[in-house]
Amino acid sequence: MRFDVLIIGGGIVGCAIARELSRYRLKVALCEKEVEVGFGTTKANSGIIHGGHHAAPETLKGRLEWEGNQLWDELAADLGFSFARIGELTVALHEEQLPVLDRLLHHAAVKRVPGVERWEPARIRAEEPALSHDILAAVHAPTTGVVNPYEACYALAENAVQNGVTLLTGLPVRRLRQNGELWEVVTSGACLESRFVINAAGLYADVIAAMAGVQSFTIRPRKGEEYLLDKRLRGLVKRVIFPCPSPVSKGILIIPTYDGTIMVGPTAEDVHDRTNLATSARGAQLVFEAARQLAPGIHEKDVIAQFAGLRAAVEGEDFIIGPTAKRGFINVAGIQSPGLTAAPAIARMVVEILKDEHLKLEPRDDFVAKRPASIRFAALSTQEQIALALRDPRYRRIVCRCEIVTEGEVLDAIERGASTLDGVKFRTRAGMGRCQGGFCTLRCMELLAKARKLPLTEITKRGPGSWLVCARPEEESTGAV
Amino acid sequence: MITSNPRYLRGSYDVIVVGGGPAGLEAAVAAQETGAEHVLVVDREPEAGGILLQCIHVGFGLHRFGEELTGPEYAQRVVAQALAHRIDIVTDAFVLDVDSQRRVKLMTREEGVSLVEARAVVLAMGARERTRAAVRIPGARPAGIFTAGMAQRLVNLYGLLPGRRAVILGSGDIGLIMARRLTLEGVEVAGVFELMPHPNGLNRNIVQCLHDFDIPLHLSTTVVEIHGHHRVEKVTVAPVDVDLRPQMERAWEVACDTVLISIGLIPENELSEQLRLRMDPVTRGPVVTSAMECSLNGVFACGNVVHIHDLVDFVSAEAMLAGRSAGLFAIGAPLRPDNVRLLPGENVAYCVPHTISTEREHAVYMRTRRMLEGCKLRLVAPDGRILYEKRLRYVFPAEMVNLKLKPAILQHFHDDALRIDIVGRSAER
Repeated sequence: MRFDVLIIGGGIVGCAIARELSRYRLKVALCEKEVEVGFGTTKANSGIIHGGHHAAPETLKGRLEWEGNQLWDELAADLGFSFARIGELTVALHEEQLPVLDRLLHHAAVKRVPGVERWEPARIRAEEPALSHDILAAVHAPTTGVVNPYEACYALAENAVQNGVTLLTGLPVRRLRQNGELWEVVTSGACLESRFVINAAGLYADVIAAMAGVQSFTIRPRKGEEYLLDKRLRGLVKRVIFPCPSPVSKGILIIPTYDGTIMVGPTAEDVHDRTNLATSARGAQLVFEAARQLAPGIHEKDVIAQFAGLRAAVEGEDFIIGPTAKRGFINVAGIQSPGLTAAPAIARMVVEILKDEHLKLEPRDDFVAKRPASIRFAALSTQEQIALALRDPRYRRIVCRCEIVTEGEVLDAIERGASTLDGVKFRTRAGMGRCQGGFCTLRCMELLAKARKLPLTEITKRGPGSWLVCARPEEESTGAV
Repeated sequence: MITSNPRYLRGSYDVIVVGGGPAGLEAAVAAQETGAEHVLVVDREPEAGGILLQCIHVGFGLHRFGEELTGPEYAQRVVAQALAHRIDIVTDAFVLDVDSQRRVKLMTREEGVSLVEARAVVLAMGARERTRAAVRIPGARPAGIFTAGMAQRLVNLYGLLPGRRAVILGSGDIGLIMARRLTLEGVEVAGVFELMPHPNGLNRNIVQCLHDFDIPLHLSTTVVEIHGHHRVEKVTVAPVDVDLRPQMERAWEVACDTVLISIGLIPENELSEQLRLRMDPVTRGPVVTSAMECSLNGVFACGNVVHIHDLVDFVSAEAMLAGRSAGLFAIGAPLRPDNVRLLPGENVAYCVPHTISTEREHAVYMRTRRMLEGCKLRLVAPDGRILYEKRLRYVFPAEMVNLKLKPAILQHFHDDALRIDIVGRSAER
């Protein structure tokens, strides 16, 4: 198969690039090693669309953070995913942190981020009564928002496919070879050819760059542990709460996710193993000690889930985006916070780079910017629920009792490409609630098995190796299943 | 098993019961016998009977039916009884909401979403299992981590296995039963690990499910980390000190592909919380009167939604009481009031019901905080006077303590609060 542009990596960045390129008359492929998009760093992201004033204006990060921030309203409206600008507070707990607030105000002024202002304790207490009374001052940014990162990623990928992008999942890239005008991309399956290769491989971007013969950077995975708290704490804080940032991370935040759950984290720990997604007792301790300094009411006993993600950090801490010494090979690497925020701006930047590299970009007149939104039954009014269930019998059965997810929603997720239990979970929230899948796992597996015409033993959590159930020994040996 | 799916739903019922397990079905029958004409039981599974349907082992029904039954047999009896009473049972259905006017938002396969009125509502949603997050076991999140009940469902109702070599965390009854069940199915059970110095399940299950099958039980030991990228590969376990802190220098690794979590049940009270019922922070169920009425008039509760029971037989007894009360309420008969609050005192974690009457006989259920030997259960008046004393050989948290409280005991008691103490020698090693 021959393409004009082949993107390696189906995280939020790769998917945003694919969708942006699908506006043009091009043959574009998106190649992802996992069985579904968004299964790497994206799914463990905090889901914050940063206000625009965090990163310094002179950095690439700083520029793309604010550019990206401004693109999310249209993106969410077009692609039908959840996004809310709930605002944020960066709080100072000690005298020596006050200059950090001034720096944020300065960033906002230089980048012209509107509405960013300093709040004094009286205002903070009135607006966010759960916060510590030790807070000396805060910077409020109304521009900060929250999304479900995987939802945004799926929406981008679906819309890209809708507009002709070839999505290849479960296909790790093994080798890259330059052959005249073309790159040969050898995968675990097919051998692909493309004029341009975009390296959006996240944690493995250095490995891919090395395959292309451009060894200019090393990814140093930085782990972040996150802890999700029970829904009964909904509304504890209304905005994303940041401590004053340190040089390596933005610190432990309190995040009211789009779905109403409170999340605390992430930690920032440099690790060597790119597959190490383990949480730790020490991480939990760090997170809760830090979170309690911001809001004393936060407690470990409310944890319903814990997970870790790896940031694709690089030396210098800035994004690495641009053409390389090898013609046609473009790096989009070192994308960590505020990478999610910046993703739509990164995608536009990549289009500009391709233009500079003489790729002919003719807009397609049949480009469809809008993707039909998924139905979320629990968010409908009673009258809407009655009408929906009357119209479509698939919305007459509950699959996930904690998050009130109907069979219709799960089937919709499967139709849209969910092929694993995690894929269903991230698309529908089935299994994300307080019982953590105790009730719905088997129901989701049955729906997946039926739709994909597979036995339950073939359904996985997130792809090869992550089998969920097995047959009885005697049935296995006689092949009776 | 035949359950009755009514062809159409009425716009209103005398009593709507949420949950078609033993608690819900027994309550429905009792409500009808008391005079409620139209009673509806709503269950979310394809068949009524509740979790009993997956409990294929014996040990049920000695108190209720005077014989030892399996879970499905017990379920079959209560379902048959409900059908004989022409109770409407709608399965594969879900109660989305109940408001304070007792309007029930119901989802059924036949009619979609509808609003149905009830004169009285009985909450019988049962319990859910505590998950890994409840104890925050660090480590990876591979496939192969199941709650014990989910594994039970998988093995007994689907004929599939959760894995080939399992470690069980927690010695709750379901975990013990599953240790035996998995062994019988050819799954190797590498051990049961219990954080506390005493088992968390019934003694008979320790003997019949572990000892009889040579499955090691490690007390004061817990799983401190789960390893594996795609699927569980091993766990790290470590003994804990008296403050339950893991002693990592004495930790060891156990190879396994499956971890079953059996660390107890939590009453399933989403609807109770939506209704803003007064809750007991210890039981995590609603506060109930001796009629099993919640803090909202006309709303009753019974079974594991109120507190976790050891035996389904006690659930049945409690449910009949709740059902009778709901039936009386539905026909407009007055419920006799309570005049005494029961207060959990020394070494008593909770007692249910939360209020009683000095005029009537009551079954009071309680759980202790610690293992004690040579104990005395005492009823103590606010002035310290001991009204009643009962000897108990031993008590421990995993076994519910039952007290039959007769009016004669409270003949000369005129206060409004009564404390229950259990005192004795510590039996913890």
